[in-house]
Amino acid sequence: MAEANRTHLSADDIIICRDVHKWFDDFHVLQGVSLTIKRQEVVVICGPSGSGKSTLIRTINRLEEHQRGDIIVDGIELSHDIRNIEAVRREVGMVFQQFNLFPHLTVLQNVTLAPIWARKWPKEKAEETAIQLLERVGIPEQAHKYPGQLSGGQQQRVAIARALAMQPKIMLFDEPTSALDPEMIKEVLDVMRELARSGMTMIVVTHEMGFAREAAHRIVFFDAGNIVEQNTPEEFFANPKEERTKLFLSQILTH
Amino acid sequence: MSTNSAAVIRPPSPPGLVRWLKKNLFSTWYDALLTILAIALLYFVLKGALSWVLFTANWAPVINSPKLFAVGQYPPKQLWRVGTILFMVSFLFGLSWRVWGGTVRTFALTLAVALGIVALLPISMELKLRLGFLANPILTFIGYQVGRTPIGKSRWVALGWLLSFVLTILLLVGIEGVSWLPKVETGLWGGLLLTFLLALVGIVASFPIGVLLALGRQSKLPVLKGFCVLFIEIVRGVPLVTILFMASIILPLFLPGGVRIDRVLRAMVGMTLFAAAYMAENIRGGLQAIPRGQIEAAKAVGLNNFQTMGLIVLPQALRLVIPTIVGQFIALFMDTTLAAIVGLLELLAIGRAVLESNVEWKLLNMEVYLFIAVIFWVFNYAMSYASRRLEVALGVGER
Repeated sequence: MAEANRTHLSADDIIICRDVHKWFDDFHVLQGVSLTIKRQEVVVICGPSGSGKSTLIRTINRLEEHQRGDIIVDGIELSHDIRNIEAVRREVGMVFQQFNLFPHLTVLQNVTLAPIWARKWPKEKAEETAIQLLERVGIPEQAHKYPGQLSGGQQQRVAIARALAMQPKIMLFDEPTSALDPEMIKEVLDVMRELARSGMTMIVVTHEMGFAREAAHRIVFFDAGNIVEQNTPEEFFANPKEERTKLFLSQILTH
Repeated sequence: MSTNSAAVIRPPSPPGLVRWLKKNLFSTWYDALLTILAIALLYFVLKGALSWVLFTANWAPVINSPKLFAVGQYPPKQLWRVGTILFMVSFLFGLSWRVWGGTVRTFALTLAVALGIVALLPISMELKLRLGFLANPILTFIGYQVGRTPIGKSRWVALGWLLSFVLTILLLVGIEGVSWLPKVETGLWGGLLLTFLLALVGIVASFPIGVLLALGRQSKLPVLKGFCVLFIEIVRGVPLVTILFMASIILPLFLPGGVRIDRVLRAMVGMTLFAAAYMAENIRGGLQAIPRGQIEAAKAVGLNNFQTMGLIVLPQALRLVIPTIVGQFIALFMDTTLAAIVGLLELLAIGRAVLESNVEWKLLNMEVYLFIAVIFWVFNYAMSYASRRLEVALGVGER
């Protein structure tokens, strides 16, 4: 079982990436990334597109396979062992840029599906929890609609509720607001802020610097397959150390 | 009548009949000419066809051999089995009508009315048979009432249909050594009964096999994938007639002496494998249309591979390919006529047998084949109607 694979780590560290490499054919996407995330920490990863930041968080729940280095999530090492992969996926929730809701299921079914099938909860318990989560993200009245009948912002909030339904210890957000109309970005960010305040461990890939400034504990700047610099939001925005960071900030903050 | 709300803008009212005619059929002189020509053509064709159907045609072969067309040479003493199957279907339609509603209602009603009409037809018919037919609408009604009780749950109805399929086969085949349910040689099966059975078995069996083949073709295991690709490509490269010939003539040559596989069964297996290969390709099309994000989302919430396939990918993929699959069912239904070539007396072959059974009927090809064509059309239309309604019903929450 997973217990056997628990490696020694400081009780505070929930995700450890050590020298992670990943190639897409010949393209070296991740070039030896090392990153440690503490429990209840909110980390924003930013950087130019194509820099590998999405790929990094997708390796954390093994949607992408890393080819060198170690990734340890809540004491479970990600290897080829499918049981470890499934154990990690139950601990880690993910929210996608394109929502990826299941269009053939109602909102309620979207949220209860995984608890019923992967956690083997009875249907009543799953539905009760789902309703609570839908209330938490502010759309309990949409429970019986299909995803196609909701706005983008509502869909993304359902996606967050769906991920939370598995009661994950970690939430990954892969550009959660990039596909949204401007007037819907706030409603999603509000839910994420509330989640951050509640003590959830979060890794957020985003270009929303306002969110990064006020909700993140740490900002990680990513470029060309590796971390360029990381710091608290205050320091990161006020005193960027690397030239590439300064260039990126000047482009993203002045447009 | 006048209203004060002049500010309300209403959509333009539809034009009257005369204006509609003028606009659509007689707007120019050549429009008018074409309209008149078309009406004239329609009149002559319809008049000819109708007067042939009603007055010229000799329907004797059809009217005098209803049993042959319906069940072939199935022993008359055992016909109660076919009747029982019909009862079962009528009852289940009633039950499904109550539970599922919608299109099922149309089918249940059509079946009940049709069988009711058959019961009242002014032709010579044993009273027992007449009452048997009449019992069907009543059973539909009883089924509908049963649907109101706690049994009226979707899963029980589905189970009922599945069970009825097994019972149908069991009833028709019979059991060796049971005096009240003796074995009936499949060589005696015929007519619409055999056509239905070939199609039904083909449809029911080819669907799961097709799904498995489609999934196998996408597998990462090279042996499994190779086998599926090989099977699909070989079967798709060969005409159905060839497969039926192989199943009925060549296969027995390879079997050890003494082992005999039933002729009808061989045809069924041949048709099933043929249909499964095409089904697999259709379903693969649906599988490929499902965005990667769906699979990623399913995995990210912790579903395993089987759950991802069964709960997320397949339901969406199959919905996408309903029209193609039903089209294939219709094709399969009509392909059953090819079984005549290997000597099975399905509907078309029975038609020929009826023609040859009486010297006076020898030249009545038109009547018999038209009759058979109409039967095929009715069932094919029903299938395509059902598929259209199913698409609409499942279209909820379309992306």
